[in-house]
Amino acid sequence: MVEIVAERFTYAVILVLMMVGLYAVIATGNLVKRMVGLSIFQTSVFLLYIATAKVFGGGPAIFDYDDLAYGTIPEDAIYANPLPHVLILTAIVVGVATLAMGLALVVRIREIYGTIEDDELSEIDHDDELKKGV
Amino acid sequence: MTGADITQYFDYLFMVMLLFIGLTIIRLQNLFAVVMLTGVYSLIAAAWFVSLGAADVAITEAAVGAGISTVLLLAAMLLTAGEAKPTSAFRHWAALVVMAAAGVAVFYALGDLPVYGAADTPANTGPGMAYIERTPDEINIPNVVTAVLASYRGFDTMGEVFVVFAAGVGVALLLNLSGRGRREEDGE
Repeated sequence: MVEIVAERFTYAVILVLMMVGLYAVIATGNLVKRMVGLSIFQTSVFLLYIATAKVFGGGPAIFDYDDLAYGTIPEDAIYANPLPHVLILTAIVVGVATLAMGLALVVRIREIYGTIEDDELSEIDHDDELKKGV
Repeated sequence: MTGADITQYFDYLFMVMLLFIGLTIIRLQNLFAVVMLTGVYSLIAAAWFVSLGAADVAITEAAVGAGISTVLLLAAMLLTAGEAKPTSAFRHWAALVVMAAAGVAVFYALGDLPVYGAADTPANTGPGMAYIERTPDEINIPNVVTAVLASYRGFDTMGEVFVVFAAGVGVALLLNLSGRGRREEDGE
């Protein structure tokens, strides 16, 4: 048990970071701060993927230019796994796109309701429905 | 364990910094401070990516995560509110319960993750390493990540461009950036 966690200590801490992001999403009523919580969660997920790609003693998967040109790339060179890096490169850009979308929604909500606190928002909605007689 | 590595000490440093910043963000109510700390969080994550051997991801995270995200959040903050209102104690307890339940679930799965830093795990022996072997012959450029991104998995990148385009259109429609509907409202 102790050995299992010790070999995966980095992942354990990254999982704690994810939970910090989750807490930030739920414990705040402010919509901008909630987007911040989501982006913390997201960055932690990126860290988890990149941490699995780590190989001890290995640097980034970039060849020496001369080695490539002359075909003398050393056989025993160690590199980090490039596949998770590619997946996360895509995820980072998509993450910013979704963040922009969420923040645009928040700005629209502010324009219409005049507040971005979710308890006040549901109160306004409740009053509106009472006025309509729903 | 497959032997220690100097980067493990960097790991501990970055972990402590990220945990500290995350907990500070939860405690703070001033949105300007929260947004700035988010930028710092992304930047430290980018530094950690360098130490984990992911140079390309680090550049992207520093430019997009710490740069553009912070600008977007700042703009949204300036257009909405500068201060978050404190929430009820019930909500914090509810968040704690959800967090604990999700935490137990992910920690239950922790043992199934590959050993950190080992080269012989299933995650690090499959297609990822095959790309490194084949890139010099098939693509012939030094950076394997670029080769995979633009050639082997080019369709993924194309899909990503579609997503970014869709999000851009969505933001433009939501914020009415063309200003057409707005002018009609002014006229009425």
